[in-house]
Amino acid sequence: MELDALLLSRIQFAFVVSFHILFPAFTIGLASWLWMLEAMWLWTGRAIYRQLFRFWVKLFAVSFGMGVVSGIIMSYQFGTNWSRFSDIAGPVVGPLMQYEVLTAFFMEAAFLGIMLFGWSRVGNALHFVATSMVALGTVLSTFWIISTNSWMQTPVGFAMEDGRFVPVDWWQIVFNPSFPNRLAHMVLAAYLTTCFVVAGVSAWHIWKRKAPDHARLAFSMAMWFAAIVAPMQIVAGDLNGLTVLEHQPTKLAAIEGHWETRAGAPLILFAVPDAAEERNAYELAIPKLGSLILVHDPNGVVRGLKEWPREDRPPVLIPFFSFRIMVAIGFAMLFVGWMSLWLRRKGRLYDSRWFLLLCMALTPSGFIAVLTGWATAEVGRQPWVVYGHLRTADAVSPIPVESVATSLTAFFLAYMAIFGAGTYYMLRLIAGGPDLATPWEAPTPRATRADQRPKRPLSALDERPDSPESPEPAR
Amino acid sequence: MSPEISFDITFVWAGVIAFTVIMYVLLDGFDLGLGVLFPWLRDERQRDTAMNSVAPIWDFNETWLVLGGAGLFGAFPLAYATLLPAFYLPLLIMLIALVFRGVAFEFRFKVDKHKPFWSGSFFLGSFFATFAQGMVLGSFVQGVPVENRQYAGGAFDWLTPFSLATGAALVAGYALLGATWLVAKTSGALQGWAKGVAMRLLLAVLAFMAVVSLWVPLMDATIAERWFSWPNLLYLSPVPLLVAATAGALWLELRRPSPRRYRPFFLAMGMFLLGFLGLAISLWPNLIPPEISIYEAAAPRSSQVFLLVGMLALLPVLLAYVAYTYWVFRGPVAEDEGYHH
Repeated sequence: MELDALLLSRIQFAFVVSFHILFPAFTIGLASWLWMLEAMWLWTGRAIYRQLFRFWVKLFAVSFGMGVVSGIIMSYQFGTNWSRFSDIAGPVVGPLMQYEVLTAFFMEAAFLGIMLFGWSRVGNALHFVATSMVALGTVLSTFWIISTNSWMQTPVGFAMEDGRFVPVDWWQIVFNPSFPNRLAHMVLAAYLTTCFVVAGVSAWHIWKRKAPDHARLAFSMAMWFAAIVAPMQIVAGDLNGLTVLEHQPTKLAAIEGHWETRAGAPLILFAVPDAAEERNAYELAIPKLGSLILVHDPNGVVRGLKEWPREDRPPVLIPFFSFRIMVAIGFAMLFVGWMSLWLRRKGRLYDSRWFLLLCMALTPSGFIAVLTGWATAEVGRQPWVVYGHLRTADAVSPIPVESVATSLTAFFLAYMAIFGAGTYYMLRLIAGGPDLATPWEAPTPRATRADQRPKRPLSALDERPDSPESPEPAR
Repeated sequence: MSPEISFDITFVWAGVIAFTVIMYVLLDGFDLGLGVLFPWLRDERQRDTAMNSVAPIWDFNETWLVLGGAGLFGAFPLAYATLLPAFYLPLLIMLIALVFRGVAFEFRFKVDKHKPFWSGSFFLGSFFATFAQGMVLGSFVQGVPVENRQYAGGAFDWLTPFSLATGAALVAGYALLGATWLVAKTSGALQGWAKGVAMRLLLAVLAFMAVVSLWVPLMDATIAERWFSWPNLLYLSPVPLLVAATAGALWLELRRPSPRRYRPFFLAMGMFLLGFLGLAISLWPNLIPPEISIYEAAAPRSSQVFLLVGMLALLPVLLAYVAYTYWVFRGPVAEDEGYHH
């Protein structure tokens, strides 16, 4: 394969977008987690929630900062490297991204300042509004970005004029066929990513006996969440697969590793697909299960890649393997979630060493699942950038290969430096654990004020308006 | 649709984009300018104070840049698709620089030993982002060749003596905004220092404005004709006169023993607005100089209408956010108001 501007631009886009998605995937969930903690604090008045908030908000700030700067780079990629796409598809894609900025970015950015720096200036109620707005903003942002990307997967609601996409029905465009399932899948993915970071970090704190009460509370909350949301995510993923089957049959065939169209297709668990020979090596498959899952009939017909000319097929290796990695992680998350129910029942949730170790090992699992899931979605869409309508090769900018090589190198070096430093600082924050020494300056919630304290005898003990913090008694 | 109506919406859109760019330049301008001034602050403590004065709002300021990019993409995709490849390398410099200065806000307060490193990162990032923006502006004014709806120039067309001059001019301009911001937000020695720096920067900015104002008409006969033909000369003469008046007022304000806090900052912003107005007069109605007008670059009507509904509904909300955030963090920043969130 020749290293031309097209290939380098594709590598660059894959690199910057993969790097970027790590931070939103974490901050979307983290914003909601912080919202939950603050809400619990305001509701119960227990200092432990606020101390957890102050611990996690530091990680949030670092991650959000890196998400912002890598996101600014993303917003320029379409124009700098994919200018033909921008010109041809801009009338549809541009407004959707503009709506993301208008509805989400400003809200996040405005209230982030108050959330991070303004607590003592605005008081509890407005601070909670700010935290809520930041959390809402991250979800709105997901809404528009997934809508945009879903339109590129399942484009509808437009007419072609002079070789360009002209929007006809915005409702159809925004709520295109693959959008609802993919939105659910992505939001749940972000939540699970954060859930397993919270679980892993808390498991480590329990292990190291660092602020163990705080760690147990966070671990417990994460495990409840995993037990409920991991199965929901598997259902969402399955629904997503059915949309792909209907609208993007070439992607589905690549994911499944199906070359031949046949009735009673097997479910291929493992294989090494060979695009040149149009067959799989080392195939391990369960007969008829593929048809059963996909068309809900053991003898149903499933189309294989050979139905399409070679130039219309996606590469098979990446979607095939990345999909399997994602699914394996999904089931590992389900196992952890349901296992936690069993351990909780037996009263061993916090002291099963193997389980704590497993949770620590799964700390980065959500990120890997998000990356492999997106690799499946994006590589599986090839050779199209707008499925069935605009080829990736016809979308690239007329820029010299040297320019793209320069930018790719620069982005790579800059991201390594920033990512390295950011990871280092986040690990330091994690190692430090919750800060229980710094006194609380902002007002305490109504429930803990002197005049109302007796109503909540348990919570009143752990927080007095002007006294230093005392750790919670163990539950 | 009748041409009059589509004329109107494209015109409104050009106004919206111009507004976004102004908001970006004025708001991110002062926090970039702060970074440009960073090495000349006395010690890391003063740098802490300076940084804390913008920490809650910088991200918000930078969002206008994303809005401008997205607005161009949605309303004038042809401009987005030709200008960005034309400025590929300076935009690359700008983006990398913005990364290094953006993360400095978080990283600088994490480990004391690393502080000087991230202060350097903040300075270099702010400086190169500003210089790159100035160069993009200069080469944009000089024009961008387009064929078959795609950029048709070379990778280094943006690198000219004129664009180097506009790059330097913008550095001086943002630094002036940053210095007057410090006058507004700090006290004591730092404020006194900022006052002196602002005066010197004002002279530099005036010199740059004069150079660029003469250079542009010399390069482009159409622009010369627009400004210097009769009776345009009469109608347009208020622009340079107002620049002189604003600069004079700013100078006098800075010379007062105790200048009013916010007035220098607003006067410096006024100078930027007038410079922007002059530029708009020179380029109108082109969106991609020298020959593609806003009407030729416009997106289909259905895109513009869909976007404008949201834009007009949400712009007041955005401005309310701006007002509210600045209100919450109003007043001078205390020396010990730390970065402990």
